Amino acid sequence: MNQYAIVAEQLTKKYRIGKAPTSRAGAKGILQGVFSSFSYLASSLRNPDETETIFAIKDISFNVKPGEVLGVIGKNGAGKSTLLKILSRITEPSGGRARINGRVGSLLEVGTGFHPELTGRENIYLSGAILGMHRVEIDRKFDEIVAFAETGKFLDTPVKRYSSGMYVRLAFAVAAHLEPEVLLVDEVLAVGDLAFQKKCLGKMGNVAQEGRTVLFVSHNMVAVQNLCNRVIWLHDGKLQGDGSTSDVISQYLSVSYKSITEQIWDDIETAPGNERVRIHRIRILPANGDGTGQIAMETPLQVEIEYWNLLEDARLHISLHFYNEQQIVAFTSNSNETDPITGATDLSTGLYRSVCSIPGNLLNAGTHRVMMLFLRDTSKITYRLDDALSFEVLDLSERPGTWYGKEPGVVRPKLTWSTQLLEQTIHNI
Amino acid sequence: MTQNIEPVSNETEFLLKQTSDQHTLLIEPSGGWSSLGLKDLWEYRELLQFLVWRELQGAYRQTALGLSWLFLRPAINMLLLSFVFGRIVQVQTDNIPYPLFSLSALLPWGYFSNAVLRASRSLVENMQVISKVYFPRMIIPIAGSVSGLVDLGASFFVLFITMLIYNMPLRLEMLYLPIFIIVAIAFSLAVGLWLATLSVKYRDVSFAVNFMIQALMYLSPVIYPVSLVPDAFKFVYQLNPMTGVIQGFRWSLLGIGEPVGVTFYLSILVVILLLISGAYVFRRTERTIVDLL
Repeated sequence: MNQYAIVAEQLTKKYRIGKAPTSRAGAKGILQGVFSSFSYLASSLRNPDETETIFAIKDISFNVKPGEVLGVIGKNGAGKSTLLKILSRITEPSGGRARINGRVGSLLEVGTGFHPELTGRENIYLSGAILGMHRVEIDRKFDEIVAFAETGKFLDTPVKRYSSGMYVRLAFAVAAHLEPEVLLVDEVLAVGDLAFQKKCLGKMGNVAQEGRTVLFVSHNMVAVQNLCNRVIWLHDGKLQGDGSTSDVISQYLSVSYKSITEQIWDDIETAPGNERVRIHRIRILPANGDGTGQIAMETPLQVEIEYWNLLEDARLHISLHFYNEQQIVAFTSNSNETDPITGATDLSTGLYRSVCSIPGNLLNAGTHRVMMLFLRDTSKITYRLDDALSFEVLDLSERPGTWYGKEPGVVRPKLTWSTQLLEQTIHNI
Repeated sequence: MTQNIEPVSNETEFLLKQTSDQHTLLIEPSGGWSSLGLKDLWEYRELLQFLVWRELQGAYRQTALGLSWLFLRPAINMLLLSFVFGRIVQVQTDNIPYPLFSLSALLPWGYFSNAVLRASRSLVENMQVISKVYFPRMIIPIAGSVSGLVDLGASFFVLFITMLIYNMPLRLEMLYLPIFIIVAIAFSLAVGLWLATLSVKYRDVSFAVNFMIQALMYLSPVIYPVSLVPDAFKFVYQLNPMTGVIQGFRWSLLGIGEPVGVTFYLSILVVILLLISGAYVFRRTERTIVDLL
């Protein structure tokens, strides 16, 4: 049974989504508030029904061997913190189970349990005890901790007088000297100045070399790359990838984070293309241009493509393919369908700009990738650029009191709805 | 020859212990009523010490009078009550000087109200820590109750000084005091556990606690003797465990009233029931406390 340090089997965590009582102003509002608070009480006492729960993580299973350093990556809200909280026993899973062999230490925050009025020395003991160290253990490591934190002179000063840098150094020093067999770490490394961050990363590396098992949650791909042998990738609460660090990270980055909103090639010799056509510039931007560059679901977009046509009298047109995160083609658009220039005329040589306008309320939220094709004579592919653009459509709409997750579907158009009353009375048929 | 064998140092012993007991931790949803986790509590007893110490240290740092507040509070309270109820209202006290009469009740009452207040607020106040690291949560309200004992000790000091002033003899019955103190601790912990649990879910509780403690003070013989309570209400009145505790304090310290009777044993039963149910309810909420806050 002890061949694994951590065994997680179908861990699941359901949360109830808030139906907090809404209140209105005025006497009527207060009365209503009083009544609705009772109905809130009643609703919080019964079991939640399906529509009121969301899954923070669902059916997560993985094993970690002793001595392995496992990275956990994923976007915000993908369930990384929930997983860490379950494994460190801060909250209970609602389904599945996990088994951890060995003494567990978790480090979800720097400075857990520090009391501002107490001195550095006192806080070392207090924080150590809260993190699960015994007094003898702290006594034994006390000097080491102080040396690591570089706050020796201020040991008997209340920590509220510390600079934030000193505070963080001391706090991390205590935590870094926790010596469990299984260490669960959240992104505590992103603290302090650069030199201290390096030191912390070094310490983490040592922990790993000493053969202890580490589960490391981070956004910092460089740190994950350097520290972890293996990575699991969570997406929307599900396990999306599990494998060697570089493989999973590159998968994750390619799907999740690569955002290319503009590419420019100034040198006509090396720009992508061939003897017929070369691309000078491609970019996507919000058509309303509010300066933030933010793309929401309702934002109309423009894709601008500038290219050199190198052959006289070419019949050339552009086709754009929009892919979503699941690599499903959301739609395609061909310039020759509406554009009289690329559609029906032969182009002379020179630099051209083609613009494609995309209305708002078309794409669903999420990451999108654009593939671009140059076609000649209406159907022959001349040049293909796979990762022409990549951009994130944000969901910024306000939907009070309803579902806050992402609506399913490739597209998310705003369609017209209407309702009318046909007959007042209801007859039995 | 045994001298040649090097004694196992504290440190190595610790390391041996650490590696030899192979913990296996099972994390799964615990349906229904789980155990009270008393073993886990014992594991973390050092943390309890630290938390109590933090509570006391933290509270009195950067105060001009420092730890003397521990003595000032009961002394000022006693003087105030003696002036209002001893002089102005002139409550009848079975020929005991009012300062002693009130102080003998203020000791357990002060402890109780303080401990309940601390314990009931403890979970919400320590949210920061609770959401970041695991330890048996029950330690927090327990630390609230235990740290109140330091205040109680200081109050005893004030009481004995006052007894000296009034030439009150020491009595053999004082040996019974620990029993009443234990009942007060158990009762405060029971109420504290219930309120701490409820306050996580319903913040209304923090409004209610102050009010409740005040109401309970009027329903306990703090400023008046039990003998003033009409006979018709006496039975119900004495089911309040604090009534028995205060009566017990007065009886063993000052020799007034009767030694405790059947109703006190009944009220101890109430305390035990509240304590066990409170601990179970607390344990049930504990698992998902972070999700609620």
